[in-house]
Amino acid sequence: MTTRVRTPTVRDGVGVSTSRTDGIPKVDGTYLYSSDLYMDRMLFGATLRCPHPKARITRLDIGPAVAMTGVHAVLVGDDVPGSNAFGLESADQPVLATDLVEYWGQAVALVAADDPETARLAVEAIEIEYEVLEPLTDPEEADRRDSAFHRARCRRGPQDASGAVVVEGYYEVGMQDQAPLGTESGLAIPDGQGGVDLHIATQWTHVDRDQIVAGLGVDEDMVRVHHAGVGGAFGAREDVSLQIHLCLLALYTGRPVKMEYSRAESFVGHVHRHPAQLWMRHEADPDGTLRRIEARIIIDGGAYRSTSDSVVGNAVYHAAGPYRCDSVSVEGVAVRTNNPPCGAMRGFGAVQACFGHEAQMDKLADALGMDRVELRIRNALRRGDRLATSGQVIDTSAPVTEILERLRRMPLPDENSSDDPRLLPGGTGLTTSRPMVKRGVGYAVGLKNLCFSGGFDDYAEARVAITPFGVEVHTAAVEVGQGLGMACAQIARTVLGIEDVVVYYDDTSKIGSAGSTSASRQTQMTGGAVMEAARMARQIALERGGGDELDGEGVWKDGVLVTPMKDLVGRENIDYHTRFHHPQTDAPDRNGQGDIHVDFAFAAHRAVVDVDQELGLFRVVQIDTVQDVGFMINPRSVVGQIEGGTMQGIGLATLEEIVVEDGVIKNPTFTDYLLPTFLDAPPIEIEVIEEPSSFGPFGAKGVGEPPTVSSTAAVVAAIRDATGLELNRTPVRPEHVALGSRQPAVYSDC
Amino acid sequence: MTVNGEARACDVKGSESLLFALREYLQLTGSKGACEQGECGSCSVMLDGELVCSCLVMAADAHGSEVVTVEGLGGSELHPVQKALVDAGAVQCGFCTPGFVVAAAALLDENPAPSSDEMREALAGNICRCTGYGAILRGLETLVGDR
Amino acid sequence: MEVVHPADLDEAVGALAAHPQATLLAGGTDLMVEVNFDQIRPETVVALRRLDDIQDVSRHRIGAGVTFRRLESGDHNALAQLARTIGSPQIRAAGTIGGNIGTASPAGDSLPFLAGLDAEIELHSTSGTRRLPWDEFFTGVKRTARRPDELITAAVLPEDLPDFQEFAKIGQRSAMVISIVAACVFRWRDGRTRVALGSVGPTPIRARRAEEMISQEADPGPAALGEFARLVSEEVSPITDHRGTSDYRRHASGVLARRLLERCLSS
Repeated sequence: MTTRVRTPTVRDGVGVSTSRTDGIPKVDGTYLYSSDLYMDRMLFGATLRCPHPKARITRLDIGPAVAMTGVHAVLVGDDVPGSNAFGLESADQPVLATDLVEYWGQAVALVAADDPETARLAVEAIEIEYEVLEPLTDPEEADRRDSAFHRARCRRGPQDASGAVVVEGYYEVGMQDQAPLGTESGLAIPDGQGGVDLHIATQWTHVDRDQIVAGLGVDEDMVRVHHAGVGGAFGAREDVSLQIHLCLLALYTGRPVKMEYSRAESFVGHVHRHPAQLWMRHEADPDGTLRRIEARIIIDGGAYRSTSDSVVGNAVYHAAGPYRCDSVSVEGVAVRTNNPPCGAMRGFGAVQACFGHEAQMDKLADALGMDRVELRIRNALRRGDRLATSGQVIDTSAPVTEILERLRRMPLPDENSSDDPRLLPGGTGLTTSRPMVKRGVGYAVGLKNLCFSGGFDDYAEARVAITPFGVEVHTAAVEVGQGLGMACAQIARTVLGIEDVVVYYDDTSKIGSAGSTSASRQTQMTGGAVMEAARMARQIALERGGGDELDGEGVWKDGVLVTPMKDLVGRENIDYHTRFHHPQTDAPDRNGQGDIHVDFAFAAHRAVVDVDQELGLFRVVQIDTVQDVGFMINPRSVVGQIEGGTMQGIGLATLEEIVVEDGVIKNPTFTDYLLPTFLDAPPIEIEVIEEPSSFGPFGAKGVGEPPTVSSTAAVVAAIRDATGLELNRTPVRPEHVALGSRQPAVYSDC
Repeated sequence: MTVNGEARACDVKGSESLLFALREYLQLTGSKGACEQGECGSCSVMLDGELVCSCLVMAADAHGSEVVTVEGLGGSELHPVQKALVDAGAVQCGFCTPGFVVAAAALLDENPAPSSDEMREALAGNICRCTGYGAILRGLETLVGDR
Repeated sequence: MEVVHPADLDEAVGALAAHPQATLLAGGTDLMVEVNFDQIRPETVVALRRLDDIQDVSRHRIGAGVTFRRLESGDHNALAQLARTIGSPQIRAAGTIGGNIGTASPAGDSLPFLAGLDAEIELHSTSGTRRLPWDEFFTGVKRTARRPDELITAAVLPEDLPDFQEFAKIGQRSAMVISIVAACVFRWRDGRTRVALGSVGPTPIRARRAEEMISQEADPGPAALGEFARLVSEEVSPITDHRGTSDYRRHASGVLARRLLERCLSS
């Protein structure tokens, strides 16, 4: 009998910055993304897309394409065997348009051919004629015509409350693209029995599967969705793009079919961040106490619904920001137009709201003659307060005051005297020398609901098995690069006391849904499921082994190893499969009231920006942030999420916008949709507050979205601070700064 | 042409890019395509000793040239740049990583001790959407040491 | 598709004479974008990357095959400045000045430099060599006076080079960006001044009235500089597109030109 003291802590458990197991394949080029998949005899798919924002198909002749050598399939809407409709929240978009085309770039026909070039040529060979129709592209006009997917409202408290100081503003947020570096791609392999295996870069395999089987008209078990290597997501992969198309082609041809979008096609192949218009009115007492918040929000959902209902809901719930106020009226509408469809992107409605409410808070502070941070602290939400919009009690850590206090105590960067162009607005373009630069500082604070809200049955399945070879964690959750695999393994290690853990990403036939990799939810949801399953597996191990502790050697009792691992699981693995639900939420009542959200996280940013006002050029010198993270399961991953999320917010403030004119995207390339480069990236100083959440594993909160919510607002606030301009639109363009801000729109009734 | 030190031949059909030829004909899928126009750097390779975007090289024009891809950098062990990026947590989705590895290795070959600003400028042709670049910079700075 | 790798200039122009429809391939940074976007499918390609005869650079002659990476360090301050702003290091290692001239994009970064210096474009064919002044060579948006049988072999700069030269370019981000406005200012000690701008018209624009006015000023004060900027803004003819508005380009043209002149004056 061995008598040793059990190892007190397992290596690489929670709280440690472990290295990712996919790190080495990703640096040496061997990691397989969906676009790297290859099979013998595979065909290549391509898509015919409509070149008009609104049109009726008057003639469609696939004959010339079918006749081409090397072409194996040409499919149109009538070939869709199941329901010719899909959609993330409701199936309103045709898999292939048959009559009316509602947006520029909508899919009309599919081709599978021996090689990509033949597939492209076959798409060109399809003869199609359209009757071009007048598109509806103005969101306000759409609102007037009641062309709307969803209207959301929050009305709370006495509606006649008022304050002595009133500020009003109108704000616009441009359409941002998630721009994951990997474009949409996948490989569908028919199984020879009427079913298909799809290997795809996605965010949610099960909801893909559900939409595919509907389109194919087959039973659920005929389609197995496997998650292939994902080249970034950020919301772009939550909706179906080429999933159903690939499966249709594979089943029709009986051969594996691969598709990969070009960048230009990717811009029309996925939904974007909703552009928004916000009218806001804040009233406060002379001491700064908020008395009344009114807002009206229009977001442009584009041609099909996607998640527009939820995004406008979120914009409405986040419209008041992380502040106390007992008299609120917010009206929001997601309009339906012939613009590109919009849906999920990191921040999901909260980004747009934050841009408005934080500009208002600065305006209010200035009107009151108060310090801008002080005003925020005076109104900051605390645990136990009610969310101003939905009225729900904040029953989670809400360290807004501490976030702001710590942020303003962080050291500011030194005044820079360097004439190195890399440190000046305009960069190596040499536009600007140091004396032309004025510095501004801007603060913004935001909140983000975590996980799915509004009564949605949000759950994640996971399976934990203790085997003679170590621990297996099984999940259908998608690792998009954020480090979920590491987090799951760390949770399992700590709970089980066993170091040897491998995470398996199961296909949809092997395990139930883990929900989407979105809404900052997987650490809490799939992490929560892994924790629950691991705890149960440990319980079973202790019972089976007759002890009180478990580690990699086996089960211990009173410090003595009583059941070595080979005896514990030699004959039968310990295997526990669970479905983890987060605490129940409510659907909103008619005034948008109720316990609608299960959890929140908070973050604030302080941006320091140098501005060359005469030329309208600016450079983010530094951006600092404090974030409420609950508990850091993997600190380095948390930092990575905060840095990356902050940068996407800086992108929305300074560069990123899909320019749409009359329904047509004018800049669907990386030459003209500008992403921040290394030279645009400022240093980011990060502090975190670890105050346990209400239900995350070890107190963890989701961390992916909060950094994107307030960074945009902070950067624009800093440019305003340096210039004194109104700047009510993001991204800020050089002409807005050099030639004066856009005129604020007249405030309309809320 | 010579790819990663080996003579390789492939049957180029037309004006396709070197990136396409590497990925589709030679099954070297480490180089990634993300923009098809030299704006993201994911397809960076060394062509006759110069760092280029392989999507902008006509495969037929690489005839007789020497090409080094991410697969050819390390050999049996990781290249120091590869190790530094893994250790710094500079890899998230990883799609840009092979391009960064090749570009950073080229920079350090030419200038073994670049300043942070020199690194930022030299790598401005490589877009990363996940990390915000901070971890990449921290990783590469470990290779320069005390300056 | 056929690819010709000419060993020397004679072979290159011979190939062009034999295949007048041939596509010229230098660094590929413009051409391959069109190929990748399926905008052209070349049948015959004359590949110039390894053509030694167009690789030389001297103070008054820049071989067409010289890459921007090489031009980042060189005799001409403004040329080095503009070379550093072109694309990314990867683009500069491949892209050549001859390609930039041949593409003749309104946003071609080397074009204001050539226009401001009154450079000539040297063209070679089986029937000989000719030189065209820049303003005869650039005829419109991506249009030039090059005949299909001609190869751009060099940009030839005048004997009388300025004492001071400065370049700047406005793009929306700090690197790897297409210019919204680019400008070059040249100044001689005797006061002669030239200013050329890019991205504010179909071809590079010389602000000749502004040049004339400021060339009279031996030591321009704030009023003269302001007038110079105003005239430059008047003389450009920018369009509005998704990269910038015409009003902004007009405004920024004057500001950039004035700033560059100030740099010339203070150096």
